[in-house]
Amino acid sequence: MLRREIAAIAALALFSSAAAAQDTAKIGLILPMTGQQASTGKQIDAAVKLYQAQHGSTVAGKKVEVILKDDTSVPDVTKRLAQELVVNDKVAILAGFGITPSAMATAPIATQAKVPEVVMAAGTSSITEASPFIVRTSFTLAQSSVPMAEWAIKNGIKKVVTMVSDYGPGIDAEKSFSDKFKADGGTIVENLRVPLRSPDFAPVLQKAADAKADALFVFVPSGAGAQFVKQFVERGLDKSGMKLIATGDVTDDDQLNGMGDVVMGVINAHNYSASHDSALNKAYVEAFKKANGGLRPNFMSVGGYDGMHLIYEALKKTNGSTDGEKLIAAMKGMAWESPRGPISIDPDTRDIIQNIYIRKVDKVNGELYNVEFATIPNVKDPVKAAKK
Amino acid sequence: MATILFDGVAYGMLLFVLACGLAVTLGLMNFVNLAHGAFAMAGGYATVLLMDRAGWPFLACLPAAFIVAAAIGLVLERTLYRHMYGRSPLDQVLFSIGLVFMAVALTDYLLGSSQRNIMLPDWLQGRREILGVNVGIYRSFLIVLCGALAIGLQAGLMRTRFGSRLRAAVDDARVARGLGIPVATVFAATFAVGSGLAGLGGALGVELLGLDPYFPLKFMIYFLIVVTVGGTSGVMGPFVASLLLGIADVAGKYYLSSALGGFVIYVVLIVVLALRPNGLFARAR
Amino acid sequence: MTRGQTIAAQGLARRARWRAPEIVFWVLAFAALLLPPGKHLLLNEVAILALFALSLDLILGYAGIISLGHAAFFGAGAYAAGLFCKLVTPDPLAGLVVGIAAGALLGLLTSFLVLRGSDLTRLMVTLGVALVLHEVANALPQWTGGADGLQGMVVGPLLGRFDFDLYGRTAYAYSLATLFVLFLLARCIVNSPFGLSLMAIRRNSLRASALGVPVNRRLVAVYTLAAAYAGAAGALLAQTTAYVSLEVLEFQRSADVLLALIIGGAGWLYGGLAGAIVFKILQDTLASNAPQFWMFWMGLFLVVLALVGRERLSGGMRGLLARVARR
Repeated sequence: MLRREIAAIAALALFSSAAAAQDTAKIGLILPMTGQQASTGKQIDAAVKLYQAQHGSTVAGKKVEVILKDDTSVPDVTKRLAQELVVNDKVAILAGFGITPSAMATAPIATQAKVPEVVMAAGTSSITEASPFIVRTSFTLAQSSVPMAEWAIKNGIKKVVTMVSDYGPGIDAEKSFSDKFKADGGTIVENLRVPLRSPDFAPVLQKAADAKADALFVFVPSGAGAQFVKQFVERGLDKSGMKLIATGDVTDDDQLNGMGDVVMGVINAHNYSASHDSALNKAYVEAFKKANGGLRPNFMSVGGYDGMHLIYEALKKTNGSTDGEKLIAAMKGMAWESPRGPISIDPDTRDIIQNIYIRKVDKVNGELYNVEFATIPNVKDPVKAAKK
Repeated sequence: MATILFDGVAYGMLLFVLACGLAVTLGLMNFVNLAHGAFAMAGGYATVLLMDRAGWPFLACLPAAFIVAAAIGLVLERTLYRHMYGRSPLDQVLFSIGLVFMAVALTDYLLGSSQRNIMLPDWLQGRREILGVNVGIYRSFLIVLCGALAIGLQAGLMRTRFGSRLRAAVDDARVARGLGIPVATVFAATFAVGSGLAGLGGALGVELLGLDPYFPLKFMIYFLIVVTVGGTSGVMGPFVASLLLGIADVAGKYYLSSALGGFVIYVVLIVVLALRPNGLFARAR
Repeated sequence: MTRGQTIAAQGLARRARWRAPEIVFWVLAFAALLLPPGKHLLLNEVAILALFALSLDLILGYAGIISLGHAAFFGAGAYAAGLFCKLVTPDPLAGLVVGIAAGALLGLLTSFLVLRGSDLTRLMVTLGVALVLHEVANALPQWTGGADGLQGMVVGPLLGRFDFDLYGRTAYAYSLATLFVLFLLARCIVNSPFGLSLMAIRRNSLRASALGVPVNRRLVAVYTLAAAYAGAAGALLAQTTAYVSLEVLEFQRSADVLLALIIGGAGWLYGGLAGAIVFKILQDTLASNAPQFWMFWMGLFLVVLALVGRERLSGGMRGLLARVARR
């Protein structure tokens, strides 16, 4: 039994090392394809496939091959898969990473192997500081929260209760929103946190209701948003005069249309809306829907799409060289037009600089969308900006 | 205060409907069915699909959810489960976890991995003042419906001929068979009803708990807690346990910080089982 | 020595004798170190899961305590080793000892909870302990890093010489050596009078106590021992990945190890090892071939295994080993 196993392993190992050819550039795409975060993985995977379908799989004379792995959002598995991809498959680039711990656990591999790690989803600010080889094409929570705080102050909101999921991104959102809001003269009545797996929001919503503030600022990861908004309305908080303001995770395009009319009017700030008004985005949404049975692309998908674009452009710049340091150097400062609007990679922090849009959920042609009505241009990650 | 209590009761009632089928299979029939949540998920998805695609009203979907889950339960009982009765609990764990994995993967593949939602009819939305307490209408609806179910189940188990046959079959299958009780049929019917109730719970829970392909894994622990804390003496134990857990969970999250609120129910679990290893309502053996 | 004692001693000695397949097994396991790099990372995970399953086997297979929360001790070991590495010294062996101690301490403290009650009660109490610990770890981000995980662990070279490289060879060697040493110890223990008394308790604890076996004390001892083993497995994971996240305490981890042990068969020390090999390699193969759908095939495997009867499978394997040994 074991002997056969080991023989098979030996054969596999020999096979895989022989197959590493020179004229391909391999990308190890590690995503949660099963488990709670599966929808993130699917959006990104679909976007990566779409990008390759639109732009071909050859760039600068290299054939780009994407190897997809499922890490089920377990960080030690992510790390092992990354190591195997580097050692066995000789990938030139690691990409994906659905949750912060996965991206963090892989950081030492990127540093040690000098392989760029393109973070397409995870949103805790400190990720890009974990290794000089990490580049991010998604967003940070602070990027959305700070503009939301600015908008709130300008629109006469004085007292706010915050409510976030109790983990890295949530705490980032809470802190950056509260700091900005207080600095601009607002009052934070209470900072509430809910456990990441909280099936019932009733108790915290009751607490928020008892606090009697002008607005409730919310971050919950995409997926929990619908339930949250429904219970917000069910509790009658919408009629009590308390405004609901949020990061765009709450009104994720992936599920927005299924949430029902209760979400109409929710104000939120984020980097991408499927209804973003540009020719590029219209084409993107259409192609994405066509390729995926009508699935609407969300902000995760653009992280994957732009990540691929970044990799392709970097390869062009290095003339097909897959040297990690050259690729990272090529990626720094790169700017382009994405379906979400103009974006660029900050040469200092390797984090993304992008427009943040203030949106309001509304009906467009009978479907619910986040309709953008204000733009804050070129937002850098505020957490890292504050450190300087 | 009263509102928190009310929310806790509603949450507990929902847990009860979801878990009471397991109380029967695990508690009475001694079958470790970790796949119980998969039947709840089946009911939930039946509701979502019927409302979304066929435009059925919510109330009509509830019996449909029951029937779909019960039918699946019946088929699986007749083809697979019955081979596993009397096997070691470890085999049953292996078997039922395997079923959960398959159900999760299939649902994910066929219906996508995003959260699904339903639109409640207007008359179930909103809030109302009842006896001076501001309560949600849907939660009141849950309490009334689930409370009625609990009473009906207890009466069914204790007062009807089927109930006494089931209790006899569970206590000693061989003697029961000797007395002419069709044990296999009784078990199959019980299993189907238990699955159907889970399906109904799944349908009722979409609004509060959400629904995605990982539902059976996410809530498995809650169901097990309800059954063990309640003890295995029929449905009253799990009923009381559900209420206790619902209230402890909601009140814990309200009165304590989020960090501490999360583990109130686990502490309740450990304390109850340390004091009463066979649950609150132990069956005399 | 009386005649009876002599017979008993002979019986124990016979049980403890090394058989050819066992030797082959370990030679092969160590020979895998010489494989070209590539699979050592997976083998490292296999070795860690094997140690973890061995630990569960000690209480489930030998003492009859079923646990669905064994990750509690795994996680305690992982966090203890991780924090020790960050705060005290990066030496892995010292960290391993700390991880073992942490697991053992927690095992001792919680052992009184599993002394009574039915299988179901024990299942749920152990589960509850693990879940509480998970919440505690989540609630102390200043220590554990919360949901972001414990970062900044820099593990020193093994024995001051061997660095943990990208290829995972050192990691595998380290985990395998630890597994082997602890396996030898477990082998001695289960073949000692202590081990026999445990099996007597599993079969009938009332009768065992009538024979003068101090049931509760024995159960506390073995539970603590198993917890120490789980702590060692956790410490190995923390050190070889240089990272600890909340996942080490996750329910999934307890369920996986239970599945692995059931697949391999509880009640013989190789059960956990065989189960870990099958479970991990199957999962990895399925997941890399069908990243979105592997759970289905895994589930199908488990269902079929349960229906066909795993005793037949593991029993057949054991029978085969016995037959080979007799030759």
